[in-house]
Amino acid sequence: MSRFISLLFLLSTFVFCAAAEEAVSRSFENEQQRETYQQLIKELRCPKCQNQNIADSNAQLAEDMRDKSYEMLKAGKSKQEIIEFMVDRYGNFVHYKPPFTAATAVLWFGPVVILIIGIGVAVLLTRKKKEQTALTPEERAQLEQLRKNDND
Amino acid sequence: MNKNLRWLVLFAPLVLFLLLAVFLLKGLGSDPTKLDSALINEPVPNFEAADLYDTSIVYDESVLKGKPILLNVWATWCPTCRAEHEFLNQLASEGIPIVGLNYKDDSRGKAVNWLNTLGDPYTINLFDPEGEVAFEFGVYGAPETYFIDEQGVIRYRHVGDVNARNWQSTLKPIYEQLKQEAQ
Repeated sequence: MSRFISLLFLLSTFVFCAAAEEAVSRSFENEQQRETYQQLIKELRCPKCQNQNIADSNAQLAEDMRDKSYEMLKAGKSKQEIIEFMVDRYGNFVHYKPPFTAATAVLWFGPVVILIIGIGVAVLLTRKKKEQTALTPEERAQLEQLRKNDND
Repeated sequence: MNKNLRWLVLFAPLVLFLLLAVFLLKGLGSDPTKLDSALINEPVPNFEAADLYDTSIVYDESVLKGKPILLNVWATWCPTCRAEHEFLNQLASEGIPIVGLNYKDDSRGKAVNWLNTLGDPYTINLFDPEGEVAFEFGVYGAPETYFIDEQGVIRYRHVGDVNARNWQSTLKPIYEQLKQEAQ
């Protein structure tokens, strides 16, 4: 078990090393700024090599976007301002946290709606079952009769 | 009434499933590398760029205003740009104004040499060695071609090469439309 945990830990370090290395080679004014930079390059998506964030991507464009993020941070821009700057140029696609729009409503509400439907169906079904299990006195008598016949 | 409700409950999941299936199928058929530009129907961004031949001349966004224009992003390291170059020459000979944006090329010399040997279809050649101008336009690769109207508003972005086929089917009608609006 402990071996398994250490393996997991080892694997997790691989995941983060690319981003960490990138942040280490740059100089920051303080730890918080470094932290923001790391968050930014993990949250921003590379338009060129889709499905990679700009921390993981080696594409030229990802490099440019990292440089730009760094420059802007150094110039005192906030994380939100930098994200807006990128979204203005590359669209919502560039941010891994999609904003709420008509097109993304399915993503935001889909799981909740499906969960509610599931609960609703479950409630309906169990209720029906209860109704069915309750026998009328005539049915009960009939059942008793059947049992008796069976035993004979 | 009760029967209607039962039908509703019975078929609601099917309807939901079909709706979701159509939604997802549409996504399946679309090309994920073709992104809508964030700048559609936005005015061209402000920029400053030197002339590719003579870096002492500096242009700004005003060179993209006044008439419908194509802005073509290219570089010598881009094989698809080589593939579309002949067709751009042809468009230029038909009198269609194309502004070239040389995007992060290996060297200025290489780019100038390319235009000298293959022909220069561009009315103006912008030099963008660091990709700063391209960044303002949200360029994510080369070639890309922007269709800009008379007012300097970006109306369409084409990703990939311009060729006789897509020009006839999609791009020419867009350009004609912009020309018509300008009259």
